Amino acid sequence: MTDTSGSPSADERIKAEPLFARLMKRPELGAIAGLVLVTVFFLATASDAMFSLSGILNFLSPAAQLGILAIAAALLMIGGEFDLSIGSMVAFAGMIFGALVVNLGLPLIVAVPLTLLFAAGIGAANGAIVLRTGLPSFIVTLAGLFMLRGLSLVGLKWLTGGSTQLRGIREAVGDDFLAPLFSGDAFGGLFAWLAASGLIESFDNGAAKVPGIPVEILWFIGLALAATWVLLRTPAGNWIFAAGGDANAASNSGVPVRKVKIALFMLTAACAALLAIMQVMDAGSTDARRGFQKEFEAIIAAVIGGCLLTGGYGSAIGAFFGSVIFGMVVIGLTYTDFDQDWFQVFLGGMLLLAVIFNNAIRKRVTGER
Amino acid sequence: MSEPIIRLENIEKHFGNVIALNGVSFDVRPGECHCLLGDNGAGKSTFIKTMSGVHRPTRGTITFEGRPMSFASPREAMEAGIATVFQDLAMIPLMSVARNFFMGREPTLGWGPTKRFDVEKANAITMAEMRRMGINLRGPDQAVGTLSGGERQTVAIARAVHFGAKVLILDEPTSALGVRQTANVLATIDKVRSQGVGVVFISHNVRHALAVGDRFTVLNRGKTLGTAKRGEITSEQLQDLMAGGQELAQLESTLGGTV
Ligand SMILES: Nc1ncnc2c1ncn2[C@@H]1O[C@H](COP(=O)(O)OP(=O)(O)OP(=O)(O)O)[C@@H](O)[C@H]1O
Ligand SMILES: [Mg+2]
Repeated sequence: MTDTSGSPSADERIKAEPLFARLMKRPELGAIAGLVLVTVFFLATASDAMFSLSGILNFLSPAAQLGILAIAAALLMIGGEFDLSIGSMVAFAGMIFGALVVNLGLPLIVAVPLTLLFAAGIGAANGAIVLRTGLPSFIVTLAGLFMLRGLSLVGLKWLTGGSTQLRGIREAVGDDFLAPLFSGDAFGGLFAWLAASGLIESFDNGAAKVPGIPVEILWFIGLALAATWVLLRTPAGNWIFAAGGDANAASNSGVPVRKVKIALFMLTAACAALLAIMQVMDAGSTDARRGFQKEFEAIIAAVIGGCLLTGGYGSAIGAFFGSVIFGMVVIGLTYTDFDQDWFQVFLGGMLLLAVIFNNAIRKRVTGER
Repeated sequence: MSEPIIRLENIEKHFGNVIALNGVSFDVRPGECHCLLGDNGAGKSTFIKTMSGVHRPTRGTITFEGRPMSFASPREAMEAGIATVFQDLAMIPLMSVARNFFMGREPTLGWGPTKRFDVEKANAITMAEMRRMGINLRGPDQAVGTLSGGERQTVAIARAVHFGAKVLILDEPTSALGVRQTANVLATIDKVRSQGVGVVFISHNVRHALAVGDRFTVLNRGKTLGTAKRGEITSEQLQDLMAGGQELAQLESTLGGTV
């Protein structure tokens, strides 16, 4: 055996790859570029209030609510599946949570895990149906979209004796010691201190104009970091990419593809339930219309973040930026003279651009022509 | 001679109404290379897939290291020490070479919640194993989709050799390889065999088979035509058997003995 070893950098058949070309191969590049573009746009057109501390938190809050869904949806998409039922799951899990807290009077330490478990169970059932039948998850979860929405309506009417809203959640939760985890603002003390020392704006009476960071933003950031860590630095992440890239090849190589996919379905449903818990506690009531069409927004944010519709490629941090873009545009338009309804146009345009861009990236990565 | 590592008896495999295998028996001993030969569609790939846990046989028994065994998944077979190069290679084009190499068997670092995929180790091993097979990769993070057909096949072989602790199954591993890489693969088979690994080698090339094979089993239309030891059979006889004994003699004469 002759060994023509030598360091790979000494290979005469490789052009030195500039940093830019390396960056071009990262899935989240499109989302970052989009974020820069959108930021520049609003810096130019929106009033200064948008990029004040309260303005930023103002658009990060809806971004976070979408992002909790979008990051989970991104993982599931990388794993090669869709879940169109997550929007309806927000309403359904909200109803379950409401019933546990109001009708059964359970404390959060019981009600929260039960709600998450219940949702994960439905996710597992979705996954099992998809894997057992071999049908596209798109169609199986589309059925789930309607069933869960319908069940939320029927269930709420049954629970409340005719209304599609269940109230009294704030009263039922009261000052449960777990409540600060899911509602309100975090770091209140810190912000009060910052206001007192004049580092952030305060009202005339000395209270901070921004009372703290809404908890959903912390969940959003935490989830993005955890998902990125899992994807890039753990065996499970490798399995997710493999399962979505080619389920058969992955399975033949020893990847437990079924377990991976079921776990992803469970995670996605549980994230929808987490969002439901936060929204319901914030609003003090649960409504059958909660999460309406959020599944599409989540998938769009994931696609803007670099996920391929065919699976096996994408990034959680991309979905994070995709969600921030979303929040920025929804809220940002109110700081401008533009009509709010441009939002829809933007949504479609962004999706189209992202898909075209991702397709080009995929061809670069696989060397396809 | 030593006891077989794995023995398969009267294996049948039906796909709906297709009978792909109709009673095939086969075994591999430690330190031997057992060649599985046969025409296209004879059932070779289907057979080795029952050995590597992809298919469950419709009928028949598998004995692994003296105990009856039924692999529920490729993962179980792998954990038992059986590694396979599938004919379709089982690679993910969008993933890097190193990630493909360790797919399903990632080396880890740390424990508990900090337990993580040891990317550096994976990269280093991948580069080293590939160099040993005579391929200089551009980098471990290159996507498999950008490799040439032969390079891709070499990754699959290097991966199986790295993980094939007891049995190494190679389904037409040299079909896309250059002269040097083919020689490398045959030399590698010889090397792992001398380390006591049992090798199952599928090939359509009689010269390659004769170069490394200790025993030769010929499949035809889902059945065994027979098993011969090295030295008991000539290249011509083997070639006739592989073609199901049909008209090869006639073909050979028209092609001037070049087949
Ligand atoms: N999943 C399947 N479903 C139905 N039929 C199958 C399936 N897999 C294999 N077969 C059939 O079984 C027979 C044997 O196929 P197999 O792939 O084992 O052949 P082979 O000997 O490996 O051929 P080649 O030399 O071309 O690789 C073929 O007729 C094939 O059509
Ligand atoms: Mg075959």
